[in-house]
Amino acid sequence: MTRRIKSFSAMLGSVILTLLGLTVITFLIGRVMPVDPVIAAVGDNAPEDVIVRVRAEMGLDQPLPVQFLHYLGQLAHGDLGMSVLTKNPVTQDIARVFPATFELATAALLLAALIGIPLGVWAAVRQGSLTDQAIRVVCLAGHSVPVFMLALISLLVFYSALGIAPGPGRQDIIYDGMIDPVTGILTIDTLLAGDLDAFRDALAHMAQPVVILAYFSMAYIARMTRAFMIDALKGEFVITARAKGLSLSTVIWGHAFPTVAVQLVTVLALTYAGLLEGAVVTETVFSWPGIGQYLTASLMNADMNPVIGATLLIGIIYVGLNLVADLLYRLLDPRVQ
Amino acid sequence: MLVEIKNLRIGFESRTGLTEAVRGVSLTLGTEKLGIVGESGSGKSLTARALMKLLPKQARIAADTLAFDGIDILTADERRMRQIRGRRAGFILQDPKYSLNPVKTIGSQVAEAWRTHKGGSRREAMEAAIALLEQVKIRDPRAVATSYPHEVSGGMGQRVMIAMMLAPDPELLIADEPTSALDATVQAEILRLIEELVSERGMGLLLISHDLPLVSHFCDRVAVMYAGRVMEELKASELLSARHPYTKGLIDCMPSLSHPRARLPVLTRDPEWLA
Ligand SMILES: Nc1ncnc2c1ncn2[C@@H]1O[C@H](COP(=O)(O)OP(=O)(O)OP(=O)(O)O)[C@@H](O)[C@H]1O
Ligand SMILES: [Mg+2]
Repeated sequence: MTRRIKSFSAMLGSVILTLLGLTVITFLIGRVMPVDPVIAAVGDNAPEDVIVRVRAEMGLDQPLPVQFLHYLGQLAHGDLGMSVLTKNPVTQDIARVFPATFELATAALLLAALIGIPLGVWAAVRQGSLTDQAIRVVCLAGHSVPVFMLALISLLVFYSALGIAPGPGRQDIIYDGMIDPVTGILTIDTLLAGDLDAFRDALAHMAQPVVILAYFSMAYIARMTRAFMIDALKGEFVITARAKGLSLSTVIWGHAFPTVAVQLVTVLALTYAGLLEGAVVTETVFSWPGIGQYLTASLMNADMNPVIGATLLIGIIYVGLNLVADLLYRLLDPRVQ
Repeated sequence: MLVEIKNLRIGFESRTGLTEAVRGVSLTLGTEKLGIVGESGSGKSLTARALMKLLPKQARIAADTLAFDGIDILTADERRMRQIRGRRAGFILQDPKYSLNPVKTIGSQVAEAWRTHKGGSRREAMEAAIALLEQVKIRDPRAVATSYPHEVSGGMGQRVMIAMMLAPDPELLIADEPTSALDATVQAEILRLIEELVSERGMGLLLISHDLPLVSHFCDRVAVMYAGRVMEELKASELLSARHPYTKGLIDCMPSLSHPRARLPVLTRDPEWLA
């Protein structure tokens, strides 16, 4: 028991250290940027006294360590400062944009795992066959074509040329402001509102970005699953399982697959973190009002509080998902104590 | 006849052509204990696996006869084989550390073998598994059933393996070096257990081993293999007084406690045996 507490507090310590380090680095990068946030806020030709006053208001006339301690103090109260661009508290902005990213990334991960894992298992079982080769080519394409290119091609084909996909954004303008943002996850909110047309519209808007993100992740998941399974299928316990007279599908899914589940959890966690953070490009192309777009817009305007806030959030997600993967690892593999 | 093998050949395709690992093995086995001995790489494991149709994918197999209780293994499809594997013939592998599934409990692995062939509910299967664990003389079978393979010793693991393979009451047990991963003291116990269960149930046994005295003591007949062939087949009791130069060589190469020697002789191989 005490050992478990010890390992837990060690884990907690390393989490706190990681987040602190992340804060320091983002904070420093924010301060050494060759853009003056004061000028960005008040404009190029503001009078000198205004600039001095605003600089003092923003606390930017203080020495860096003082600024940092001040920021940490705010952070401890859950305050990420104000956004110059939106004039809102950053926490409020993030609460608004994050669900959009969350919805996109979660849908993409589910789709990617649902297709990628069976595909990888199938390729491993039929290693070297034509099926295996075909799956390899599909995955290679998914992994080597840049996401923005796929996104642009998709928009060009399905939106411009064929007109079967809805345009950019999360929903049609006619539903704008019609749906109560209860969770911020549009597919859930529209259902809560009982508006099936709006729900269908939200799904249609998600289709393109989700499929493109999922394709990319699916390629990675399938490739890793294949590698893990090829290894597992070489195990002696597979011979035992077959010698017991089990069907091939039981041998594969009931015996070999459970031994790779642990490794897959890590792959899925990494993929999910990458989706939550790496949707920046997709969000830009599809005008998806998520954290990626928010981060990009803030960065372009040298609005540093949102940048630090969003980066911190992404860091927390990474650390959090790693933690979850670690816990699942202990749960799924009896050999880890 | 339980097992009939005539002129079995197993080869592996490679870029340089076909390498034959088993080159015309013929054996028969009834309700008796047949031992197979021979040096490493002589094709013992391949012969055993061919009988279960569990050869590596790349293996090419041919035979005049390869039959289990009259069923032609060569032409049997996967469904037919699944009625033999486990149900009519059990297969014990060398090292329980690798041959048991590391992420499933011991109880569930034994229960699965039982349930696959006998049906019934999960509860019934688990009760049967616990009874089987008791039969292989595991103390506190309930506790062992809930533990994982890495939590038990090698000897215990091999008992579990035996329980699992005996679950559906097979007629034949194939054991591929079942004790060579175990301590010497445990080896004897496991062999005694196998012997007891085999004679109790009137099963046939195919025992593969490196250990000549053990096989001569334990089996009815012994086949001596070399380079993919059976050099000679003889009564187990005659093994230690064998006349074939290869068998004599094998015996001569064994270290002995009663007559210790500074150097063990090197086995001489007559190229004529390969012909
Ligand atoms: N997958 C494979 N590909 C190529 N050659 C193989 C393969 N499996 C086995 N062989 C060859 O077949 C020969 C016989 O192998 P087998 O495992 O039957 O030997 P064995 O008599 O059981 O030896 P040991 O006492 O070491 O277990 C070996 O020389 C081995 O190199
Ligand atoms: Mg062998």
